[in-house]
Amino acid sequence: MSSVAQKSGFGATLWDWLTTVDHKKIGILYLLGGLFFFVLGGIEAMIIRLQLITPNNDLVSAGLFNDLITMHGTTMIFLAAMPILFGFMNAIMPLQIGARDVAFPFINSLGFWMFAFGGLFLNISWLFGEVPDAGWTSYASLSLHSPGHGVDFYAIGLQIAGGGTLMAGINFLVTIINMRAPGMTYMRMPLFTWTTFVASAMILFAFPPLTVGLFFLTFDRMFSGNFFDHTMGGNTIIWEHIFWIFGHPEVYILILPAFGIFSEIFSVFSRKRLFGYTAMVFATVLIGFLGFMVWAHHMFTVGLGPTANAIFAVATMAIAVPTGVKIFNWLLTIWGGSIKVTTPMLYALGFIPSFVMGGVTGVMQGAAPLDYQLHDSYFIVAHFHYVIVGGVVLAIFAGLHYWWPKMFGTILNEFLGKITFVFFFIGFHLTFLIQHWLGFWGMPRRVWTFMDGQGWNLANFISTIGALLMAIGFTVMVINIIMTTVKNERVGNDPWGDGRTLEWAIPSPPPFYNFPATPLIRGLDTLWVEKMEGSKEMITPAEPITDIHMPHGSIIPMLMSLGLFIAGFGAMFHQETSWGLGVLIFGLAFTFVTMATRSVKDDLGYYVTKEQILQDQENFKRGRN
Amino acid sequence: MSEVQMIKRSPAEQSLSQRRAKESMRSQIAMFALMIFLTLVSFSMVFAHLNDVAGFSKFFVIPTLFLFAAVQVGLQLYYFMHMNEKGHGVPQMFMFTGAMLGFLIPLTFVTIVWW
Ligand code: HEM
Ligand SMILES: [Cu+2]
Repeated sequence: MSSVAQKSGFGATLWDWLTTVDHKKIGILYLLGGLFFFVLGGIEAMIIRLQLITPNNDLVSAGLFNDLITMHGTTMIFLAAMPILFGFMNAIMPLQIGARDVAFPFINSLGFWMFAFGGLFLNISWLFGEVPDAGWTSYASLSLHSPGHGVDFYAIGLQIAGGGTLMAGINFLVTIINMRAPGMTYMRMPLFTWTTFVASAMILFAFPPLTVGLFFLTFDRMFSGNFFDHTMGGNTIIWEHIFWIFGHPEVYILILPAFGIFSEIFSVFSRKRLFGYTAMVFATVLIGFLGFMVWAHHMFTVGLGPTANAIFAVATMAIAVPTGVKIFNWLLTIWGGSIKVTTPMLYALGFIPSFVMGGVTGVMQGAAPLDYQLHDSYFIVAHFHYVIVGGVVLAIFAGLHYWWPKMFGTILNEFLGKITFVFFFIGFHLTFLIQHWLGFWGMPRRVWTFMDGQGWNLANFISTIGALLMAIGFTVMVINIIMTTVKNERVGNDPWGDGRTLEWAIPSPPPFYNFPATPLIRGLDTLWVEKMEGSKEMITPAEPITDIHMPHGSIIPMLMSLGLFIAGFGAMFHQETSWGLGVLIFGLAFTFVTMATRSVKDDLGYYVTKEQILQDQENFKRGRN
Repeated sequence: MSEVQMIKRSPAEQSLSQRRAKESMRSQIAMFALMIFLTLVSFSMVFAHLNDVAGFSKFFVIPTLFLFAAVQVGLQLYYFMHMNEKGHGVPQMFMFTGAMLGFLIPLTFVTIVWW
């Protein structure tokens, strides 16, 4: 997006987006892709709740209900929450550390396209009418016996999308380690960058187990393997271990970036330095480590024995300590601050009590003896929605409002934003608070319907009403987005007026090379330091303006992912059709050819000239752009 | 196009880097000798065991071999792959984390799944 006004046709624009390696555009792609799947998962959720609104309801059949809950969970975690967070990481993190792009722009694009094709693969199952139906956890004892191709879609779709996630994680790690601007020491990194770092490190260690597990599942289902089949010497429990060795870190991969977003928001809108920065960083890293030591708390009732249960119960409760440290630091950041209740701040304020409730129920479940009572009941459903919706989703909405100006150059309407918050927040508590009691009253999770006269009717009814309110809130948000985009009122560098971190020192949206000259970082809250010194330019350059080297876009990442997508269908149909094997080989060969092309054909990149940069600067100053 | 810049080292820098290189060379040779020595000891232990020398039972030789192996991996990483030099903190942290997980997870599998 150069500032030189260029009229380009639809085709050229499309080509530009398909081939882009610009981290800001990839961020937008992740965001839009994630929001699309968020809507899809939301529709599934609404149907689930409508089915459960009255006893003995038959809005959907039992089989379809299983499809819906499975796809709802899988979509929301892998295709909505993570990609949206990746969108923020991509768009914002390089700006926060003063980098021109991520370390591997090509791999960044590959990561996105693998996510996109993986998500597509998973959801094409709806068109085939054979949908994954063994739950998002896909326990082998169920999934191996699921008829049709449903679970195959799960195994292959997640394999492709998961590969993309792993690449994104590695890319962020290398970016943060190697591409920080001069002066940006680790202990000066904004908390969102820190949480991106730790979450990416967790991806690095947590996703390979998922890859292995999914391969085992794929082999068992499609290539006559017997990893999980006990009648053939396999062990079905191993899937559960592998899944949760990935799964528990995964929930922290989701929540840590959310913590980062809220840390930024609390400090900006309390107009104070984040309280206990060092402790916050330490807590983040500690959560990252402990997140790997607790997976068996999902398996207390499997029969691991009292010793194992005790060890994992203690480890689980230990996690509450660094989490508590964070809560107190946020409270003390607000304390005595000069608070401005904008929409992002409203979400942040709503987040604290909601997330604390989710944490408390987590500790309850962490007590192994009590978990025998709670496990697989609606109490669990309430717990994880309190942490995921009350934590991650609120953070996503908050981040959407907070960073929308930086990503799109317009600002979302505050009034509508607050309406969304009110509907969503009330709806959320209405839906999930009562589910704790449903759990206590014995309602199991993942049931298609329930009988009258068990005392569950009213609670389920209330829960469904809450879900409707959330849907209304989200709809208002979509309207808000559309209205803002249509109006297209441009905003300046720092539309909130209190930005503290580097991303607010450059235009919204930034020029494609981000910084005309690499900035010099002189402290935590870089921009704040400059503001306090009354510096006019808001950035101290670390070097004179020179030509900037940039990479070319490339269509190869998309083609690579397409090859895997095709291969997936081959693998799925190779047992019953004659063409399956051919398609599998063709798809893989296609991917290898694109990889070879990439290795042989060097991208030498191009230079943005100094003249153009100076010209851009001039234009930004005159507020044209 | 940006040009490649050549910056001449000052004499002081030159002599410093020479001294550094020399020190590094010395320690590498010392460690190389130590590693060869450890390897020789390992082989002799196994020979001793095979020839039924008293005291070299399986229960002594195997753990000692593992110990020596661990030491050698450490030497290899620190002296030959330069992990003892500055600026390797992050790779170290990731390697240790990976090693720790790679140890703990199989340990739990052995103890609670397969035992
Ligand atoms: C104080 C921190 C937390 C503790 C002690 C904790 C503890 C637990 C325990 C023991 C379970 C298993 C319950 C059972 O199935 O019987 C569980 C389930 C779950 N937790 Fe948490 N949790 C915590 C935070 C979180 C966070 C931050 C997230 C996500 C952002 C999360 C997401 C989940 C999910 C998705 C499940 C259900 C998985 C399933 O069976 O489908 N938890 N939690
Ligand atoms: Cu967990």
